[in-house]
Amino acid sequence: MTSVWSGGRSPYAVNSKKFGMWLFIISDALTFSALLMAYTYVRLATPNWPTPFHFFPSIIFSTVMTFCLLSSSLTMVMGVHAMNHGRRKAAVGWILATMGGGAAFVVLHLTEWLNLIRNEHVTPFSNEWGVPLFGGTFFALTGLHMTHVIIGLIYLGIIAFAVGRGKFKAEDVEVSGLYWHFVDLVWMFIFPLVYLMSAKI
Amino acid sequence: MSTHAEAVDHVEGATTKAFITVWFALLFMTGVEVVLAYLQPPVLVFLTALVGLSVVKAALIIAYFMHLRFEKLSLFLTLFPMLILCIILMLLMFMPDSNRLMMMRPR
Repeated sequence: MTSVWSGGRSPYAVNSKKFGMWLFIISDALTFSALLMAYTYVRLATPNWPTPFHFFPSIIFSTVMTFCLLSSSLTMVMGVHAMNHGRRKAAVGWILATMGGGAAFVVLHLTEWLNLIRNEHVTPFSNEWGVPLFGGTFFALTGLHMTHVIIGLIYLGIIAFAVGRGKFKAEDVEVSGLYWHFVDLVWMFIFPLVYLMSAKI
Repeated sequence: MSTHAEAVDHVEGATTKAFITVWFALLFMTGVEVVLAYLQPPVLVFLTALVGLSVVKAALIIAYFMHLRFEKLSLFLTLFPMLILCIILMLLMFMPDSNRLMMMRPR
């Protein structure tokens, strides 16, 4: 009789790197969940919570950022697909395209930050509306996410370089893809809850 | 294992067409969110729609882009019920106070 655990040798039928990345993703998801809940809680607790994101340019800008990140997830999954079929050159091309999308996201995000800092005078500790917690929670949440994107860019750069030199296996590309998709997934919650809920028409 | 030295087992359903379809679906849902932000519906409707769409988008990313749909069920059962339980536990800590804040804050 065959066991549902396939003899107990590999109950999940994944390699240890992939399982390790999944465990990291789950723990990181809890970190972001806690931060998003804290943001929402502080927002509820503040009667005059500011809504500084004008539909144009801020919301349109952040929508383009979302498009960049979503498209980079598509190119990443194509990279993993190419690597799974043994097409290393194509995989490198797709990973570089992914990095392009990620880099565009970071540049646009920094531009958005500078717009808030220079034009709306928002810093992590103060703003003109007298709600310093807005800047504190906004920069903490989006800053932690941007840090993840930048780490992802470095990670993908290493993977692309090594794959181009004939090193690393398909599973290594897939594990880096898991991380990248997670970064995209987190943005799917930050974008509506932080930007769209604070849109000013 | 495939005949190619580097290739791994091909999974049924994990096709380029499926990935592009999911990408379009994600873009469409993002578009709906942005239109809602422009229309400014009542806060409760808006928030429910945004969170609902975000959960659907996250599920699509996890299932297709992160390939969880093609993994063994045991992996999903090990990771996700625990994640959802932890999120519910955190919500239980925030909920009573959040409700009190909503009901009692100055208007």
